[in-house]
Amino acid sequence: MKKEVSDLLVTGNRKLNHDNFLIELKAATQVAEMHPGQFVNVKVDNSPDTYLRRPLSIHDINESSNTFSLLVKVVGEGTKQLSLIKEGETLNVVFPLGNGFKIPAKDEKILLVGGGVGIAPMMHMARESVKNGAEVHILLGARSKIDHILLDEFKDFGYVHITTDDGTLGTKGFVVDHAVFSGKETFNRIHCCGPEPMMKAVARMAKRMNTECEVSLENMMACGFGVCLCCVTKTTEGNKCVCTEGPVFNINDLEWQI
Amino acid sequence: MANLEVKIHDLVLKNPVMTASGTFGNGYEFDDFIDVNSLGGILLKGTTLYHREGNDYPRMAETPSGMLNAVGLQNKGIDYFCEHIYPKVKEYNTNIIVNVNGSTIEEYIALTERVNELEYIAAIELNISCPNVKQGGMAFGTSCPMAEQVTKEVRKVYDKTLIVKLSPNVTNIAEIAKGVESQGANAVSLVNTFLGMAVNAETRKPVLSTITGGLSGPAIKPIALRMVWQVAQAVQIPVIGMGGIASATDAIEFMIAGASAVQIGTTNFVDPQVTTKIVDGINNYCERHNFKSINQLIGSLQL
Repeated sequence: MKKEVSDLLVTGNRKLNHDNFLIELKAATQVAEMHPGQFVNVKVDNSPDTYLRRPLSIHDINESSNTFSLLVKVVGEGTKQLSLIKEGETLNVVFPLGNGFKIPAKDEKILLVGGGVGIAPMMHMARESVKNGAEVHILLGARSKIDHILLDEFKDFGYVHITTDDGTLGTKGFVVDHAVFSGKETFNRIHCCGPEPMMKAVARMAKRMNTECEVSLENMMACGFGVCLCCVTKTTEGNKCVCTEGPVFNINDLEWQI
Repeated sequence: MANLEVKIHDLVLKNPVMTASGTFGNGYEFDDFIDVNSLGGILLKGTTLYHREGNDYPRMAETPSGMLNAVGLQNKGIDYFCEHIYPKVKEYNTNIIVNVNGSTIEEYIALTERVNELEYIAAIELNISCPNVKQGGMAFGTSCPMAEQVTKEVRKVYDKTLIVKLSPNVTNIAEIAKGVESQGANAVSLVNTFLGMAVNAETRKPVLSTITGGLSGPAIKPIALRMVWQVAQAVQIPVIGMGGIASATDAIEFMIAGASAVQIGTTNFVDPQVTTKIVDGINNYCERHNFKSINQLIGSLQL
């Protein structure tokens, strides 16, 4: 799909909890061509301190309305301004960027692991995987019960498993403490997005289970389309741009000490 | 449409808008966004004789109205360039300029000799101002004798247009510009990035893996503009201005201060279509001010 830079109409902005917002945008191009795991780079207006665009995962697409959504967690001034955008306004977006997750074949069984705002790309991934006839398990980790969002929406696409650091919902502990990693379940593939320590823990688990594993990295970047060379990660073939050669990498290609 | 054609020595630019090396990849990364052929020229990502992995991550920090980078000239070397990049970029109908880097004078010479063989490379930009490499780079551009020496040696092996890219991290940039002019440079381009630094107050660690990096973006524009003006006063050769240009008005200001052409850098990251918008804006400006040719604008500062 050709990349574009466009002013997109905001068709919705839903507050999900204390710090997460779901922004829906109307596209002129066919959203069906977007690949799960791809991202967009958003220009933030009304925020003088936010010079660069903010990269955000494509959360989900809606083919009938030709819209797609972005999950925004307020972490700084840029994301705070983004969260204030209203229906009817426009957002300047460079999209779609990066590669994406490997889509499972029919009857394959996959595990999607999302930690914190790392759950963002998993809705689109779950939707496309189910459409392909795969069995989808979704493991969502967060600090506490109030940090868990979109659980009902995820349940539409498969088995949802939950952990919280404080035990207020689901299994107490980190995602790798969940029974889904106990060895009783086997998966064709694990796809993971979240904080790096979490992804490394999941990658270790995947290696132990001898299961293929993809992770989505979120290195700091300036351009998002492979020219600034700032967002590199070390791979078996040298430095690669997370924006164009990722953000999704097979863990075997990364130089992670796991 | 006003006549936007400018000349940089032997180079004829259809308009004065070029791209700054390291912010525009090899051009084709922008094919989805703009018609690259509509620009006056493109400066390709800095090239070295041998493959370079660049510096460790993190290589970037966002700063007020700008950013720091410490990429460290990551590129696959001249062999890869000739085999994989050159065949693609030579198809563009605009000036293709290679940004030449080295750790030693011998490396600059060897690389220039290779580039000299490439028919469709219109010029080289001798980068003696990269702040992010341990050897060479800015060391050549911050010492007048060294800047003169590398220019002199490269001049001997290069017969097309030789542009020298200057560092702003000096006491007197006009002196360096005069020095490279005296050794045969056909033009100077300025400014490269300003040496800067970012600290994470929470962790008390530097943000960049290299501690220091190069500052670019609108934050540096007034200083870059001042330096372009000073250099334009000091030399007879054309000056190519850059440093935080984000709009047609910015570009026009640099030309009024004495730049014959401009390079657009960091703003390409924020708006991949900014270069063509600037071409349109310069044309509108010329029409509004009844300039038949853009050349009337160059160095037209009213004192």
